[in-house]
Amino acid sequence: MEFDANRPIYLQICDSVCDRVLSGELEQGERIPSVRDFSAEIGVNPNTVMRSYEKLTDTGIIYNKRGIGYFIADNARDTVLRQQRDDFINNDVPQILKKMKLLGLSPEEVFFPK
Amino acid sequence: MITIDDITFSYGNNTVLKNISMKLEEGKVYGLLGENGVGKTTLLTLLCGLKKAGSGRIDIDGYDPFERKPSFLSLEYFLSDEVAEQSMTAEAYAKNYGKFWNGFELDKFRKLMEIFETDPGQKMNRMSFGQLKKSYISFALACNCKYLFMDEPTNGLDIPSKAQFRKAVTKYTAEDSTLLISTHQVRDLENIIDPIIILDRQDVLLNASLDEISQKLFFDYSNEKHPEALYSELIPGGSIQVLLNTSGEESKVNIEALFNTVHLHKELVKGIFSK
Repeated sequence: MEFDANRPIYLQICDSVCDRVLSGELEQGERIPSVRDFSAEIGVNPNTVMRSYEKLTDTGIIYNKRGIGYFIADNARDTVLRQQRDDFINNDVPQILKKMKLLGLSPEEVFFPK
Repeated sequence: MITIDDITFSYGNNTVLKNISMKLEEGKVYGLLGENGVGKTTLLTLLCGLKKAGSGRIDIDGYDPFERKPSFLSLEYFLSDEVAEQSMTAEAYAKNYGKFWNGFELDKFRKLMEIFETDPGQKMNRMSFGQLKKSYISFALACNCKYLFMDEPTNGLDIPSKAQFRKAVTKYTAEDSTLLISTHQVRDLENIIDPIIILDRQDVLLNASLDEISQKLFFDYSNEKHPEALYSELIPGGSIQVLLNTSGEESKVNIEALFNTVHLHKELVKGIFSK
């Protein structure tokens, strides 16, 4: 797996799981690899993957069935969508606005070009 | 659990390690970093019982490594940077020497050799350096030791082998085993080593998990200039700047930049991590 140099790896792993939930590659209720297997697959320290799984569990995207493994939550798609929309509005949009201001572009020019 | 308590070691008049103390917990893959000559290899050889500390104490699960009790020796494996050529095949070597480790699995050895795309039927003295190294890495992991010490394991490995190495280490070590890997090739290993130990001349500058490091230091990759940065380095597309983390925001730890920051601000870094 190729990682972006600038973002903590464990968050990048969370992002990739979320993206795969959104794209439908991972289905709700589906079992995902164990921490060990997943870390071996992507060549990352198991503790890092553990942190990603903990975060995904906290945010309700996956859940742990004790002794069986981790599964994609039933409403994972909605959760991811909600989170990513919030993230887009709170983080990406301000960046875009900043850049537009820097380049002297108006919203009309960018979003409704003739 | 490994406890190193105030050890000293000298080669004649040349004192390499002095007042070194640290604890290594179970189930972690430690990266041991340090400039040439600070005693990384010496520390590994002390831990595996090849050398005796001048003063101080090393305790590994209740054992003093230098007593070299068989029950201790079967708990650990030391993979040296220089590996011996043997006049037998890798498979024969594994069969003969695997007997010394209770947990050794020949099947696992074969699987690892397959991951590394190395033929176990080949004589070891006919192998290239990289192939020989991969045979020994496979053997080391197949011993299923609780403590595995590796000195520069990725030296001499070709490009695909480095990814194979990361995979082999994460897949084939038990959850409670402790690995200590000394390396200069931080890029080869940066995603698998955590915590990071930085050894300096007669000092331990850092022994902290990546999580702790990212709580205390912030790695900024933007183009915004921070005059208060502890360290900055130009990279294509901008710069890496290392600052004290005041906002609590998380960033990705760049191990090379970390290493340089720690070397520029030894006392400051020791101070913020000892809290």
